[in-house]
Amino acid sequence: MPISSRALAVSALALLLAACGGKKSETTPAPAAEEAVVNVYNWSDYIDTTVLEDFTKETGIKVNYDVFDSNELLQTKLLSGKSGYDVVVPSGSFLEKQIQAGVFQKLDKSKLANLANIDAAIQTATAKHDAGNEHAVAYFWGTSGVGYNIDKVKAAMPNAPVNSFAMFYDPKVIANFKKCGVTILDAPDEVVATVLLYLGREPMSEKAEDLAAAEKVLLSIRPFVREIKSSGYLDDLANGEICLSLGWSGDVGQGKSRAEEAGKGVKLQYNIPKEGAIQFFDMLAIPADAPHVGNAHKFINYLLSKDVAIKNTNFVRYASPNAAARDGIDPAITGDANIYPTPEVAAKLSPNLARSQEYTRELTRVWTRFKTGK
Amino acid sequence: MAARGLRLGRLLVIGVPMGWLLLFFLAPFLIDFKISLSEVRLAIPPYAPLLEWADGKLVALHLHLTNYRYLFTDSLYVSAYGYSLKVAAVSTVLCLLLGYPMALGIARAEPARRNLLLMLVILPFWTSFLLRVYAWMGLLRNNGLINNLLLWAGVIDTPIQMMQTDFAVYLGIVYSYLPFMILPLYTNLEKHDGTLLEAAADLGAKPLAAFLRVTLPLSVPGILAGALLVFIPVVGEYVIPTLLGRPDQLMIGRVLSDEFFANRDWPVASAVAMLMLLLLVAPIVAFQRLQNNASEAR
Repeated sequence: MPISSRALAVSALALLLAACGGKKSETTPAPAAEEAVVNVYNWSDYIDTTVLEDFTKETGIKVNYDVFDSNELLQTKLLSGKSGYDVVVPSGSFLEKQIQAGVFQKLDKSKLANLANIDAAIQTATAKHDAGNEHAVAYFWGTSGVGYNIDKVKAAMPNAPVNSFAMFYDPKVIANFKKCGVTILDAPDEVVATVLLYLGREPMSEKAEDLAAAEKVLLSIRPFVREIKSSGYLDDLANGEICLSLGWSGDVGQGKSRAEEAGKGVKLQYNIPKEGAIQFFDMLAIPADAPHVGNAHKFINYLLSKDVAIKNTNFVRYASPNAAARDGIDPAITGDANIYPTPEVAAKLSPNLARSQEYTRELTRVWTRFKTGK
Repeated sequence: MAARGLRLGRLLVIGVPMGWLLLFFLAPFLIDFKISLSEVRLAIPPYAPLLEWADGKLVALHLHLTNYRYLFTDSLYVSAYGYSLKVAAVSTVLCLLLGYPMALGIARAEPARRNLLLMLVILPFWTSFLLRVYAWMGLLRNNGLINNLLLWAGVIDTPIQMMQTDFAVYLGIVYSYLPFMILPLYTNLEKHDGTLLEAAADLGAKPLAAFLRVTLPLSVPGILAGALLVFIPVVGEYVIPTLLGRPDQLMIGRVLSDEFFANRDWPVASAVAMLMLLLLVAPIVAFQRLQNNASEAR
């Protein structure tokens, strides 16, 4: 017995020492010269990988590229501190909160000559997340709307209102698609905002009565929804497992090209609903504790250059905020009003703003009731 | 001198696993407990410090028990705990019913074939757990292998909905955790003295009676070990119900991840985890006591 208690004491001491050692090392100054590396953390399927190779060829900087598939995951890493990443890509509403938490450093705009390429209207919109666009610059943007299998939807309901949120939020309509399969994004703030759009209410409202009204709609359609998820639905759409998704514009676009590659005759379409849509911006930003700040600026500036933006957009199929690149992008993308909306439609898009902590808690609770159907 | 060397050796032998437990069990537990008593805030890290220091002196200690109280104000948490315990209990029984005959079969097989059979039990571990769950998704989905085969054979006209059902969740869990039931059972059964059964037969016991009165009682420690190895991880299981289950089957693992990721509320998430641990202590203690009784009875 005495041995084990002594062993305990020794181990506890070792632990304590390790903990103290950890504290000390925080104060070590950063090395003066930067090694030729940049650590990038981006959404999955969100870059043309040859862009990374070209960047290394041109600058000699090696890119360590890593991907995530949810804002929540990225946020958790950032809030834990010392993520080790130099460039990350949160969506606007998350970025807004993260700036308040002190996660990001201000961009050194003198090192970002290509900032001039960004569309002024997009700059105005992203400034709602980040006053003066001091911490981040838009990478791509998109909307959440109606993604569907043209033939299956037509078979299930010949006169389906495919350009309206009624596809999801009118129980009489969505009931028709129960059998062929419906998914809804697992993004509480965004989805509730679309319900409010459908109800003709203010989408960013935090009023209890609006949330209650949205909950009522969500519960009424719950029996007809097969799955609530934000990843994987594009494959399900592409292989015919489901026929209708409340999904993101570019994801459905990628599903479309995967369905064409598979050659099984699945035809997909994405529509921005007539009620309007929630618009999100994915933003390039540099964490406050990034180890390679200089290289991070070089990398962001590279992504903002005209030619790189053209190449990237042709691959990713989301709308690029790069005004200089617009004419060089594949006309099939720029000409698709559901990716690059007309000015009238664009006027109906609302940015997805950050909500308060109290509202988020209420929202998550409503969302859990929606998921569980109780 | 020799005694001293022996003591040092003992110290090392006991110290290493002790250190391991301290570092990888006690330390995370204490950190988790600490976070569960703090308050959420928007910063790095996203919770307020418990202790406030100024000039190297302790100024204030902030303890928030509200996180725990909160768990009882909303029926969500209680029902999720209940459902998790139910799933874990049912899965454990299913694993036992399936695993016992398999373990017995392996233990009674020719020694040369035993290794092969054991290999087959362990073989699935060579592939990632996540990949195996995805493989089940490929088999079970409406457009998947099983439905397509049945449709092609003309057995059914419309696909059977297997994904997002209780059936899929239990299938996934039992499939994944079965080896954890079989292996401890096998180690126990393999040690049984065969002459006991011969003696039972000589005394007129039929094979079933011999099994019930000799083999089964002797294997209780193995059953308990296997049951613990299945029950405890299944209570906190997150991946299988998320991938195979219906969204309305809310297990505590998913509630925990919602608190952590969606609500960005690490303190409440930590409180959920602490309570889960407390819930597990009761069955572990009960199992332990049963096991002690079983070994004393021998």
